[in-house]
Amino acid sequence: MQHDKHVVVIGNGIAGITLAQKLRARSDCRITVISAESPTHFSRPALMYVYMGHMRYQDIIPYPDWYYKEQKIEQLHDYVETIDFETRTLKLQHSEPLTYDQLVLATGSSAVYYNWPGMQLKGVQGLITLQDLELMQQQTNGIKQAVIVGGGLIGIEMAEMLQSKGIQVTMLVREKQYWQSNLPEKEAGLVTQHILACGIELKLQDELAEILGDETGTVKAVKSKNGEMIPCQFVGIATGVKPTIEFLKTSGIELGKGILVNNFFETSIKDVYAIGDCAQFKEPAPGEPALEQLWYTGRQHGEVLAAVLTGDRKPYIRGPWFNSAKFLNIEYQTYGFVPHTWDEQRYSSLYWEHPAKSKAMRFFYERESGNLKGVNLLGIRFRHDLCHYWLKENYTIHQVMEQLSAVNFDSEFFQRYEPELLTQYYLQHPDRQAPAKQQGWWKLRQHFSLFSETPDNC
Amino acid sequence: MYKASTTQFYSYFKYIGFTLMAISLLCLTVTLAGGNTINAVVWGLSGIGLLTTGSLLVIVCSRLPKHVAHQNNGIWQKDATARGISAWVLGIILTSFYILLYWFPDTLHGLIIALEPLSQGLRHKPSDQWFLYGFFYTLAVMVMGVHALLKYRNNPYHLIRTCSVIFFQLGFAFLLPGLLLAFNQPEFYFSYFWPLKYDYLFPGTVGYLIDNGQALGVFMVFWGAVLTFLATPVLTYFYGKRWYCSWVCGCGGLAETAGDPYRQLSDKSKRAWQWEVAIIYPILGFVIITTLLLWINSWSGGSLLGDLSGGFSKSYGFFIGSVFSGVVGVGFYPILGNRVWCRFGCPMAAYLGLLQKHLSRFRITTNGGQCISCGNCSTYCEMGIDVRWYAQQGKPIIRSSCVGCGICAHVCPRGVLKLENGPVDGRYNGTTLIQRDSLNILS
Ligand SMILES: Cc1cc2nc3c(=O)[nH]c(=O)nc-3n(C[C@H](O)[C@H](O)[C@H](O)COP(=O)(O)OP(=O)(O)OC[C@H]3O[C@@H](n4cnc5c(N)ncnc54)[C@H](O)[C@@H]3O)c2cc1C
Ligand code: SF4
Ligand code: SF4
Repeated sequence: MQHDKHVVVIGNGIAGITLAQKLRARSDCRITVISAESPTHFSRPALMYVYMGHMRYQDIIPYPDWYYKEQKIEQLHDYVETIDFETRTLKLQHSEPLTYDQLVLATGSSAVYYNWPGMQLKGVQGLITLQDLELMQQQTNGIKQAVIVGGGLIGIEMAEMLQSKGIQVTMLVREKQYWQSNLPEKEAGLVTQHILACGIELKLQDELAEILGDETGTVKAVKSKNGEMIPCQFVGIATGVKPTIEFLKTSGIELGKGILVNNFFETSIKDVYAIGDCAQFKEPAPGEPALEQLWYTGRQHGEVLAAVLTGDRKPYIRGPWFNSAKFLNIEYQTYGFVPHTWDEQRYSSLYWEHPAKSKAMRFFYERESGNLKGVNLLGIRFRHDLCHYWLKENYTIHQVMEQLSAVNFDSEFFQRYEPELLTQYYLQHPDRQAPAKQQGWWKLRQHFSLFSETPDNC
Repeated sequence: MYKASTTQFYSYFKYIGFTLMAISLLCLTVTLAGGNTINAVVWGLSGIGLLTTGSLLVIVCSRLPKHVAHQNNGIWQKDATARGISAWVLGIILTSFYILLYWFPDTLHGLIIALEPLSQGLRHKPSDQWFLYGFFYTLAVMVMGVHALLKYRNNPYHLIRTCSVIFFQLGFAFLLPGLLLAFNQPEFYFSYFWPLKYDYLFPGTVGYLIDNGQALGVFMVFWGAVLTFLATPVLTYFYGKRWYCSWVCGCGGLAETAGDPYRQLSDKSKRAWQWEVAIIYPILGFVIITTLLLWINSWSGGSLLGDLSGGFSKSYGFFIGSVFSGVVGVGFYPILGNRVWCRFGCPMAAYLGLLQKHLSRFRITTNGGQCISCGNCSTYCEMGIDVRWYAQQGKPIIRSSCVGCGICAHVCPRGVLKLENGPVDGRYNGTTLIQRDSLNILS
């Protein structure tokens, strides 16, 4: 792209910033990143650690100011009120209007509320932005009890945050077990047990009905659908997120739940693109979601769009899915796709669980072909590269078992449980013979040339 | 923290611990002030006993009830660990102790006689300021070792590593040198060697060891040289500098135990790193030149250089040996972080670092595309390395300053980091799952 072109990015989250970085590596055009939330990019998943006192705000900023200067990425701390696509002009809250040659929307997501009675009370909030964090710090100062609504990832993070301040936490979860809409029953059960053992109260199969306030307009209790009254001074709303697109409603751009894009992140308007949490794929590949609201996919979107903008027009192909999180002390990793329920006729899985209920592994595969579909891990770390390779190359569970000893990524001196999983495998597949020698990681790494200086997704 | 009754139980014993510590401070002050008028042994040893019991009670009662995931809660919100007033007070006390110890040892007379029975029992020698220092140093490593063991109790790497530094400090840096003295042998610290113990290869020391220890002395010199020039490169080739800095060394041992609550304070800026490079390598050069000059001078019978080499060695001893490694290095733990000496001053770290960077199988690998740029790794790296810079680009971390403490891998909430020894071939190659940045200033 020519150096006199001006690329404007709205949103300095992982998607917007990755795009700016990768674009700079490929072009010397002018790049401006605008965000209303913070003057510079910070790590959203790390907000909880600021609250818990593990880090300060300045510690969750990945790139220091000199980096952006050196990279000639201009940052503008302002809110975009409206966009005129005809004249390619942005109207900003504080600064002069700005024109662009190419515009990238990376506006992220905001909290979803379901119109509960009492949700405007003081002490009720979600956790997404930096401002939410500051508010939460004020609202939870010195309180004793809190209720979290929603049994997902942000919900458990909020619960852990509150608990770190000695606040008694109750979570309202609609399903029979925590995060059952994503985890198979055994994993969900293990995590549910862990949460309870850590002293967080779980109200399962229950939902929020009403939030009650006192005469000053502050929360004093929550009423659940099962009719329970739970006294509390804070209510955390963690019932999901939706793309931030309100300011675009009248702009004429094609919207669904998010900003509609094709596989090149092009929107309905020429020279306008959307990436990250706010983008919605018009035609997602079968079985893949239209909205990808993850840190990792945000980064990948940025990488791919940078290539597209500089003339390397290759479509976004997600490749094997992965994600990770932490439930209090238990780390969770997943590679590929493990559904929460499946047809036993078509699919099978290899599952191992530690008797102490702190670790588990599951390999999910097709019964007939043996093709590996996904891996779930609790309390054990696997090598992303190797899992990615297995999934990309359509490995069967039998081929995977031959390389099992190479996959562990736990620290030195940790107990390894792959042999137990292998034992399980031979029990389930008595016809299989143990391979002469298990392949080690360093060998495989050379063999597959997994590592190179040129990434393969762009 | 989970059940009200257990919380109460722990906090009850914690208060007893604090009370014991307060009483012990009183005893120690009396010992210091009235060394000649009271029975210093009784007062001093009671003080030390109470201090140990009290601090162990406090440590156990604050770490054990806290969940392993919550061990770092509030570090940046507490005065003592976030450069607040109490951190400054502690820093000043520690620094003053070093100043008294090095330059005004008479003021510590009371405490020195308090340790007389111990010194006689172990070394058959009267107690002196260095025995006092060694004793408190070892005590600090052991008591705060318990703290580290509880804090990292879910991680075998840290359990084994912490036990190792306690073992080397207690056995090789305290008991063994004492026993050597008891048998009228020259004092020698087998766990330290040139260039950290720079004078071990000075002609004066070599002569003293051989003359006073004969066969054992020859062995000590031999051992020192073998460790420096043979074992160090070989072990560092296989395991990186961590085998020494985080498993054996006494300075590292103190940093990993007593200094552990302050690791987040190390400066991560690019400027700090530039200072590091500008200081640590010249110090290594200074040690090499001093050692060479002393040998040249000794071979030439002193005719060649006169007192020049002596002056070199004296100034090194004063500025680096005392001021830097003690007063600044340890005294400023609560303000500057726990590895200031290791990072900016230690010639051994410089030597090991060069080997680690260019001739080693060690690296910290990053796990594909899993990093969420949260910054826990960088915050808790005591060597001020911006680990996140590498992790978010999927690059392995190969830095000469990394001491392989493994804390970055421990605090990472997404399991992104792993300390590994693998083939040297392709050791800088990163993952294919993330695009890397072309900008590379810190290598
Ligand atoms: C508490 C929490 C924990 C999370 N943990 C994880 C995790 O562990 N792993 C994971 O994969 N994902 C996690 N996520 C999700 C992940 O953070 C998001 O998917 C990711 O941050 C999305 O990045 P983005 O660049 O699309 O948008 P965002 O990071 O949301 O950035 C968008 C920016 O655009 C700004 N903006 C929007 N509209 C305007 C406007 N009109 N004018 C100016 N600026 C505007 C917003 O203020 C915002 O700063 C978590 C999310 C939250 C809230
Ligand atoms: S990079 Fe990690 S292992 Fe190395 S010194 Fe820093 S925290 Fe320790
Ligand atoms: S702690 Fe882990 S996830 Fe966080 S920045 Fe470091 S490597 Fe990335």
